[in-house]
Amino acid sequence: MNEQLWSERQPATWRTKVGLAEMLKGGVIMDVVNVEQAQIAAEAGAQAVMALERVPADIRADGGVARMSDPAMIQDIQAAVTIPVMAKCRIGHFVEAEILQALGIDFVDESEVLTPADEKNHVLKHDFKVPFVCGCRNLGEALRRIGEGAAMIRTKGEAGTGDVVEAVRHMRTLQDDIRRLTVLGREELMTVAKEMGAPYELVLEVAQRGRLPVPNFSAGGVATPADAALMVRLGAEAVFVGSGIFKSGDPGKRARAIVDAVAHYDDPATLVDISRDLGAPMSGQSVASMAEGEKIAGRGW
Amino acid sequence: MPVIFLEFTVKQIGVLRYQGDFERHLHVFDRLGTKSSPVRTVSDLETVDALVIPGGESTTIGMLIERFGLLEPLRRRIASGFPVLGTCAGAILLANTIESSDQVKVGGMDIVVRRNAYGTQVDSFEADIHVPRLGDPPVRGVFIRAPRIVSAGPGVEVLAGFEDYPVAALEANVMVLTFHPELTEDDRFHRHFLEMVG
Repeated sequence: MNEQLWSERQPATWRTKVGLAEMLKGGVIMDVVNVEQAQIAAEAGAQAVMALERVPADIRADGGVARMSDPAMIQDIQAAVTIPVMAKCRIGHFVEAEILQALGIDFVDESEVLTPADEKNHVLKHDFKVPFVCGCRNLGEALRRIGEGAAMIRTKGEAGTGDVVEAVRHMRTLQDDIRRLTVLGREELMTVAKEMGAPYELVLEVAQRGRLPVPNFSAGGVATPADAALMVRLGAEAVFVGSGIFKSGDPGKRARAIVDAVAHYDDPATLVDISRDLGAPMSGQSVASMAEGEKIAGRGW
Repeated sequence: MPVIFLEFTVKQIGVLRYQGDFERHLHVFDRLGTKSSPVRTVSDLETVDALVIPGGESTTIGMLIERFGLLEPLRRRIASGFPVLGTCAGAILLANTIESSDQVKVGGMDIVVRRNAYGTQVDSFEADIHVPRLGDPPVRGVFIRAPRIVSAGPGVEVLAGFEDYPVAALEANVMVLTFHPELTEDDRFHRHFLEMVG
């Protein structure tokens, strides 16, 4: 090998994409809608921010079509913080994804929180240099997204509710699905792949290793430090917090407390101090009281 | 013939476990059969003989080091010869100077670093890095939103460079890498660090 080849860069490999997801373990990714919120998040210790026009609670309240954010707003946030900046594109909207990539976004969230652009297909994420994160409710959905090229998975929960029950349901379902694969006979795995609608090779890999091939985070409904710690205890490797911070009484304090709680998720004595005097949490909406049509976790195919 | 029990001092390697890819470092030490443990508190820090500060977000990790009281104990130990290895964010935190930033840092190495010097995530890359003291083959460097060591003091030994800048450096008991050997199967840098620990 000559000197020239040594200095050749190979940009945006699968290893660098999953590598960034690895770097985001153990921390909190916060939804922000402007520069002030991005700075509050960064000062509280957010490891990344998700730039979007409205937090999920407002998208839910306002109705209408939710789309990718204005590039000017995203660029202002990119200029204001040094931590990674993520942004959302609509499910299947590969042009929004291309625009976000051209903006130099660090991670694209192909998100059910926005109004889907394609009711059958997701973005073919392998075609992109930028890494993608996608939501899932179970293992089949997770493996379809990884098959399309997602470098990170997050369980969906029910965004914008402040109710952690769906986040718990999806994380438990995913973990149960994974555990089940590890005890099945090899001859059963093709049928499992068929039933889950998941790529066979990925089913084999999960059955062998007992874990997803990419990092697995949690989203949708976290409102308190205890919620965040709960999700880590249930197997989340990091936590996305949307409306839970900037819809609360004291966002800076709560943001910092949630960061600390993810780092000390298994230490109740420290969690006591972390959870003290945080002001009012977001008031929220109980998922059990919602009609099926109001839920957004069902978006994604 | 009586059995003689020799007393070995088994070194315990700590990995700072706040945020980032701490798990990958712990896996490497497991694979090498070394005792390793996560470090989050002052008492965790007291039980280890060396420390790895992993990749991740340097601002977040720095804040948590300060909030949970590790900053001064860690600085004191490093000053007294405690071996530390910093990868990527860890390298930023161990630099004496971080360009245009007032973030919390540990310090320990006489270098100036520039954060996100190669661009955003779409500019992250892999490249082969020739490291003279590790010999052939070259190390596969995985650079993720990597920092750059823009200058180094006279006491700093550059272990490897890439595109005219150091990417691996050593000063006394402090070693920094701007890339991520823990994301590959190549554990030569980890073994080199273990030799430093003794």
